[in-house]
Amino acid sequence: MRIEISNLQFTYPTGVTALNGISLTIDLGEQVAIVGQNGAGKTTLVKHLNGLLGPTSGYVRIGDWDTKNQSVAKLARRVGYVFQNPDEQLFSKNVGTEVAFGPRNLGYTGEQVQSLVNDALAMTELSDKTKTNPYDLSATWRKMVALASVIAMDTDIVIFDEPTTGQDAANITRIANVIKVLRERGKTVITITHDIDFCAENFERVIAMGQGKILLDGKANEVLGQEEVLATTYVDPPQLTRLGKRLGFANTVRNQEEFLAALRK
Amino acid sequence: MAIVDLTNVTYKYPLTDSPALQNINLQVNEGEFVAVIGPNGAGKSTLCYTIAGFVPHFFKGEITGTVEVAGNESSKSSLHEWVLNVGLAFQNPFNQISGAKYTVFEEIAFGLENTGVPHEEMKSRVENALKLTGISDLADRSPYSLSGGQQQRVALTSILVMQPKVLVLDEPTSQMDPIGTREVFGVIRTMAEKGMTVILAEHKVEWIAEFADRVIALHDGKILLEGKPQEVLTSDLLLDKGFGISRYTSTAREARKQGLWKKDKLPVTLDEAVEGFS
Repeated sequence: MRIEISNLQFTYPTGVTALNGISLTIDLGEQVAIVGQNGAGKTTLVKHLNGLLGPTSGYVRIGDWDTKNQSVAKLARRVGYVFQNPDEQLFSKNVGTEVAFGPRNLGYTGEQVQSLVNDALAMTELSDKTKTNPYDLSATWRKMVALASVIAMDTDIVIFDEPTTGQDAANITRIANVIKVLRERGKTVITITHDIDFCAENFERVIAMGQGKILLDGKANEVLGQEEVLATTYVDPPQLTRLGKRLGFANTVRNQEEFLAALRK
Repeated sequence: MAIVDLTNVTYKYPLTDSPALQNINLQVNEGEFVAVIGPNGAGKSTLCYTIAGFVPHFFKGEITGTVEVAGNESSKSSLHEWVLNVGLAFQNPFNQISGAKYTVFEEIAFGLENTGVPHEEMKSRVENALKLTGISDLADRSPYSLSGGQQQRVALTSILVMQPKVLVLDEPTSQMDPIGTREVFGVIRTMAEKGMTVILAEHKVEWIAEFADRVIALHDGKILLEGKPQEVLTSDLLLDKGFGISRYTSTAREARKQGLWKKDKLPVTLDEAVEGFS
């Protein structure tokens, strides 16, 4: 299930052009982080993948579907989308029915729904909270409910919009584990993030956007080392990348393992 | 002299069994920039609400101990007196924006309107505040048409414009891009240098180390540690409790095990890490 975006332009009804000629392919099973300043067009771009927005010109294909010809409901079979703010997507009276809502609407049988729900709850460490009202949980756990309710739909493509915003270190580790499991299952994961250290530690491919365009797209080390270009879209390289550069390392490093290996040399 | 003075403060939200804050003693001096760190649920927001008077005036619940700001005691003051001294920017700007105003300019004037500031002064204060936080270009936009990061700047600006003696900020940059975060921290630092007292709940450790005078580590509603940023942020006591730790610190800690970090102190900032690893 390949994502193919060609010369995508999008102008909001207010006249603001948020995307200005985006071309991009993402293959099944890739883990991609999208970084860039507030207003760069990151959220506008991913909203095109599940049909919440449609191109002003250009096209977006999800596998053999042109999103123009598909409803949001149908695209939901292929693309799951976890909103930035969990309160925008949670509405059920307990965690179990919230997480079951997606797969139930995709037409899975009762048994299949239950197994998808159990699996998603286990992955997000929510198994002991199925009977709890999502709004009785802390913001941290509501975020995990939002993740679980999309994971339970078992789509090939999963999008996370700023999953680590306002989360503490323990929950960021939980979210990183979810992404790891999805990778092992061969899912495509696309994550918008301002947390550049999180990006460096969990993604192999990084796209930097600025002013509605793609500025950089490549392997994480190639992209994250380009300090000058990243600065134009208000992004600093990861902490250990900056440290490695200041210490004069020959190659870009992006996590502790790479840093310590380079230090030993 | 302490402008914020909390003595033996214990607080329980209504309908809860365990206290959100337990026996908090905290003095903050005028012009001091204090950062509060802790995992989610540690009591950071509750501490912000307590200093800002929302606890107990808005949230109700049971509070013991005393909370004083600028010589006034919270339990003996009303919220509308309290806001003249203390301003709070909420963690989620959506909860703060009034919903009663069509433009960012009017939104930022809202607090001044409600405290009876003369028209001309109001205009110039709003214009200056917009300039300070770098959002003059958003003045005519609707607060609801903005991105999360832009809304956070509006929320912060609408508090700064009130010129409170004490500025309380609950993760004010959580939705901002990294360089936007640094700019906002710079603005906050400038306000502190001009004499405004700042209390900031925050996860972004690297910026705390660079900008704050003192760090309070909260855990389970209690103060676990407090002191200079470098000392608190590198303490082994923070390990395994869900505190955010700078990559410079965690990597140097690992390097020390392998004999690659020789200094006594662990680094928090880039400069400290460069010095120690060179």
